[in-house]
Amino acid sequence: MARYAANDDSVVVIIGSGAGGGTLANELCHKGLKVVLLEAGSQQSPATFHNDEWFAFNQLAWLDKRTASGSWRVAKDFPNLPAWVCKTVGGTTVHWAGASLRIQEHEFKAKTHYGAVEGTTLMDWPLTLAELEPYYARAESKMGVTRTNGIPGLPGNNNFKVMYNGATRVGYKTVHTGRMAINSRPREGRSACWQLGFCFQGCKSGAKWSTLYTEIPKADATGRLDLRPESMALQIQHDTGGKVSGVLYADKDGKHQVQKARIVCVAGNSIETPRLLLNSASSKFPHGLANSSGQVGRNYMRHTTGSVFGIFKQPVHMYRGTVMAGIIQDEAPLDTRRGFAGGFEMETISLGLPFAAAFLNPGAWGEDYTALLEQYPNMAGMWIVGEDMPQAGNAVTLHPTEKDQFGLPIPNVHYDDHANDLAMRNYAFKKGADVYKAVGATRTIEVPPYPSTHNLGTCRQSEKPADGVCNKFGQTHDVKNLFISDGSQFTSSAAENPTLTIVTLAIRQADYIADQCGKRNI
Amino acid sequence: MKRREFIKTGALLVVGTTAAASTLIASADTTPALAVLSPHQAQTLLRMSQLIFPHKRIGDAPYWKVVADLDAAAKADPAVAKLMAQGVAQLDRSAGGKFVGLGKKRQVALLKAIDKGLFFQKVRGVELTTLYSDPAVWKALGYPGGSYRYGGYLHRGFDDLAWLPNPPESASPKPA
Repeated sequence: MARYAANDDSVVVIIGSGAGGGTLANELCHKGLKVVLLEAGSQQSPATFHNDEWFAFNQLAWLDKRTASGSWRVAKDFPNLPAWVCKTVGGTTVHWAGASLRIQEHEFKAKTHYGAVEGTTLMDWPLTLAELEPYYARAESKMGVTRTNGIPGLPGNNNFKVMYNGATRVGYKTVHTGRMAINSRPREGRSACWQLGFCFQGCKSGAKWSTLYTEIPKADATGRLDLRPESMALQIQHDTGGKVSGVLYADKDGKHQVQKARIVCVAGNSIETPRLLLNSASSKFPHGLANSSGQVGRNYMRHTTGSVFGIFKQPVHMYRGTVMAGIIQDEAPLDTRRGFAGGFEMETISLGLPFAAAFLNPGAWGEDYTALLEQYPNMAGMWIVGEDMPQAGNAVTLHPTEKDQFGLPIPNVHYDDHANDLAMRNYAFKKGADVYKAVGATRTIEVPPYPSTHNLGTCRQSEKPADGVCNKFGQTHDVKNLFISDGSQFTSSAAENPTLTIVTLAIRQADYIADQCGKRNI
Repeated sequence: MKRREFIKTGALLVVGTTAAASTLIASADTTPALAVLSPHQAQTLLRMSQLIFPHKRIGDAPYWKVVADLDAAAKADPAVAKLMAQGVAQLDRSAGGKFVGLGKKRQVALLKAIDKGLFFQKVRGVELTTLYSDPAVWKALGYPGGSYRYGGYLHRGFDDLAWLPNPPESASPKPA
């Protein structure tokens, strides 16, 4: 592990060690750059993960106080937990399910294909699928995505068997165990999947790709990585010329430190990233860093989600095996005849009994609810993940009064469901129920969205500086040595689970940063 | 052992662990030794927790763990102790005597009337994490808990469902 001096202003400081930050760190280290990787959370490992939902939640989740507002049901059910993301080395790649899908060509041109959807801030991305394809290929190889690079798909579990039979009976054609960044065969020193059923709690077999035990140790092996866990970034500082010059952070003892930097890359996930830029306001940048457009924090997207569970006469044991190795893709392509813009994927999901009780109907109690829970062994489940609409008012803002343990304003996450989101969710609920009814479900239940795991769009890429925060390389329009390196960059949400695209953008950003450094442009 | 936390309805609920709770329980169906709650408060909270998440298959012991965790929370935070005392007293006032003495139908109706309030939400929130983290409850409801120590389900039935045909290998390849 490298150790750089606080006043070494030749380093790249990356804030956040998840899909974006962890990948970027590895790529930059391999290009010979010096990297300080600040991570707010502590370091765990497969050995310290637990097959226990509440234990893992407390061990891994970001639990610093946040507030939620808006018409989404999460604001009512989980007013202090708008997002279910991680605060640990590896970020949310410790918790993610592994689904690795490329964004479709038309989704990069959302405005062109969907038209001006009223009440939205829909735009085309400043880049195309063709530009990203070589980087997608690199990401899939790096992550070992099944059904790419000659890697076989995962074997389907019981939950998938129910999905497959139901889906094919209602006429769906593209149904398989998915493109998953979970080893179906041993690869790169990591084992094949053990079918543990605890993907969300940190993968104890190490079969699931996470920056914690792939990108970060590989970066470390170059001798150029200085990883600093339990280091919470508080403010990005700048010089009189308006370039960023360093990062103020609180170390594990709560002591303030400043690390000087040549370049700063922010990858704190779509709530902390805009919060940090807003909390970095100065006399030169009174509305926050990189915010001359006023777009920092806006256009927050979280995917149109929901779950459908089916109850059957015979056992399913959905909790056994890879949680999300099952997908129906027939509703994802461009099809505007359904009464809404955008598409959705249907993916297997399961919850252990503790989380089933918490999430199947948040707030419910009494005999009807416990009668449902007593059907637990006979349940099958799927998650709906679809494109949601960016809206100017859906935003991460600084709370006017509440402060965190460092004295900084906490974030509020506001989200109003758009009519398009509601239309898609209701349609998808019905389609999901049809799948389970086709194989004899005695009852289907529609489960409202969980706290958001896909947080997107709050520092979006745009062609014109007035429309967004960064360009197609994630470089902020206002500050050329400041980069956005996580899902905050997304111009639109698309229907796909975002991690593969976040990794892809990070690989591409690393190439750009190295190139620009070589040319002395930054 | 670490405390369990769960964020719910405006309050960050901190729940004592079932490990701590179980040491308070003398035997399965007797009243645990409690630090803060009176016997009457404990009986009322026990009844309440049985009505919030009723399961006929699990006996009283898992519900006593909920009461013990509420007692631990009350011991840790005087505001919780006050909330419990006031909540129980209010339930008794609404019952026109003792809540525990009413029939089930009336008890459920009284709980429905307060289920948006802080007292009910606190009891439900603690119960949600305590009850459904209890291995005895898992066993009764058919959830086996962790699988790592058994090597996962790769050789223990992850794909043993036999009442539907197996998908083709193109959709679901064989394991390595």
